[in-house]
Amino acid sequence: MKGKAGVVGRLGLILTLLVFSFILRPAVVAAQDAAAPAVQAAASPAPAAAAAPAIDNTKVALDTIWVMITAFMVFFMNLGFAMVESGLCRQKNTVNILFKNFIVFAASSLAFLFVGWGVMFGDGNPFIGLQGIWFSAGADNSPMTGDAYQGVYHAIAWATVPFWAKFFFQLVFAGTAATIVSGAVAERIKFLSFFLFTFILVGAVYPIIGHWIWGGGFLATKGMFDFAGSTVVHSAGGWAALAGIIMLGPRLGKYKDGKVHPIMGHNMTSAALGVFVLWFGWFGFNPGSTMSADWASIAHIAATTNMAAAAASVTSLITIWMIAGKPDLSMTLNGCLAGLVAITAPCAFVSMSSAVLIGAIAGPLVVFAVLFFDKLKLDDPVGALSVHLANGVWGTLAVGLFADPTVTPAASVVKAGLFKGGGTAQLMPQIIGIVSVGAFVFTVSLVAWLVIKMLFGLRVSAQEEIEGLDFGEHGNAAYPDFQTVEPSEA
Amino acid sequence: MKLIKSVVRPNKVDDVRDALEKMNIPGMTVTEVRGHGRQKGHTAVYRGKEYNVSLLPKVEIEVVVPDAVAEEAIKAIIGAARTGEIGDGRVFVIPAEHSYNIRTGERDV
Repeated sequence: MKGKAGVVGRLGLILTLLVFSFILRPAVVAAQDAAAPAVQAAASPAPAAAAAPAIDNTKVALDTIWVMITAFMVFFMNLGFAMVESGLCRQKNTVNILFKNFIVFAASSLAFLFVGWGVMFGDGNPFIGLQGIWFSAGADNSPMTGDAYQGVYHAIAWATVPFWAKFFFQLVFAGTAATIVSGAVAERIKFLSFFLFTFILVGAVYPIIGHWIWGGGFLATKGMFDFAGSTVVHSAGGWAALAGIIMLGPRLGKYKDGKVHPIMGHNMTSAALGVFVLWFGWFGFNPGSTMSADWASIAHIAATTNMAAAAASVTSLITIWMIAGKPDLSMTLNGCLAGLVAITAPCAFVSMSSAVLIGAIAGPLVVFAVLFFDKLKLDDPVGALSVHLANGVWGTLAVGLFADPTVTPAASVVKAGLFKGGGTAQLMPQIIGIVSVGAFVFTVSLVAWLVIKMLFGLRVSAQEEIEGLDFGEHGNAAYPDFQTVEPSEA
Repeated sequence: MKLIKSVVRPNKVDDVRDALEKMNIPGMTVTEVRGHGRQKGHTAVYRGKEYNVSLLPKVEIEVVVPDAVAEEAIKAIIGAARTGEIGDGRVFVIPAEHSYNIRTGERDV
């Protein structure tokens, strides 16, 4: 009991610090409020404003609706992850996994508002945003763009949507990066330790590498392109998860006597439901990343996204069928997600046939990655490393191989890929991006996990792991009616 | 009296119940169980790794019958539960001393 009280005490300290940081807020908010009237003045169609570039109200309205709807779809992906991860784990840990997936979005929301957005999109140096950090409250006159933009978030000033549309869309992406970790470390991590790591990931790690690529940082300058986040979201989440898996060690009984002992998921209905939800959500994730109702791009992107997922589903099915002798559902579900992750970076930059090829390679890649990580005794209950890390890297690389600046209006920024006659002009920045993000996220995550381990511990006791985290961490069960004796009598 | 415990395939429970009903055997107790016989289960695959399913799901049916009809009941159970394939199950016969009705407290004769 004494240990528990200590943990709560430390949490109290963290909360107190957060409250103190709130006091800093009014000063910066004033700056934003001051900018607001300027927006309204410019938005009104008064002839006096003719000298300044006027806002096209129809475009802003359509873009905003598009960004908000796709953001809501990405929010819905949290349900998808919750269903996939709980389905692929054991019944005794279901409450714990649902809880992590649930609280991760709440924690991400706070962390991204408090500091994440500013670190990612605030004006600063090539490595980190330095302005408008606290409570995302820097000056900003969105939806003004280009020379008419006044504020501290220049890197995202190209989007013709209001500030909170930009913020909300980026927030749901940050939440996705954090939720990738929960499946990889499932069935053995302490609830509190995971909860704290989420704040570090979304408050600091994710926004820093996000700044490099989407926030005008050094990778953006180098010409690296990651349209919707194969690297920013998926491989970053994957590297953080890898560090966690190394620090935690495998689940009890997974690797015994030099053999891999499969630990079956408890509900394939949940897992399949989750993948359908994620597949659907991805139609927000990728086409929404235009951040404008750019009709030629969004239709193309929705189709490339779907085709890669379809190709990867089929090729992962064929691969696992040949290896194991049976068509394995959970592996094919991973295959679909692998295709979606792989097409996330190149979705706007490649032709339909390239999208099919990128997905077709993602399918076998995820299957062999699962077998490979098991060989290394890196226990990943839901295949998060194989889906998000391996295919996040593959998708980012694929931009350098298949990019074609003519496919969509959104593609005009990229150079032609290696297989499109562009040589390594686009490939090199992609490789530099993959390596620098990997090195940074993995190292910082390792240190973060280590600090959390020293302060609070990372892993539940062996006894608790055997009895299940539902009972040990949360004191209840996901399916109490499935027991023949009422738990209250125990 | 005899307690007849039959471990049968889950999909044969209805056939066994019908057969016993025809003999006017009034009640039965059914339990979901797992077990193995000589075959020691079978192998399955999950995410590319083989594993052994050593205990297979079965249903255990318990009926208590007068000595005089025990032989006939056993024949009926075997007839109803049999497919001829490996894994059809087992029948155990155990002498039962008494049986009571809990509601009335009466002892059956």
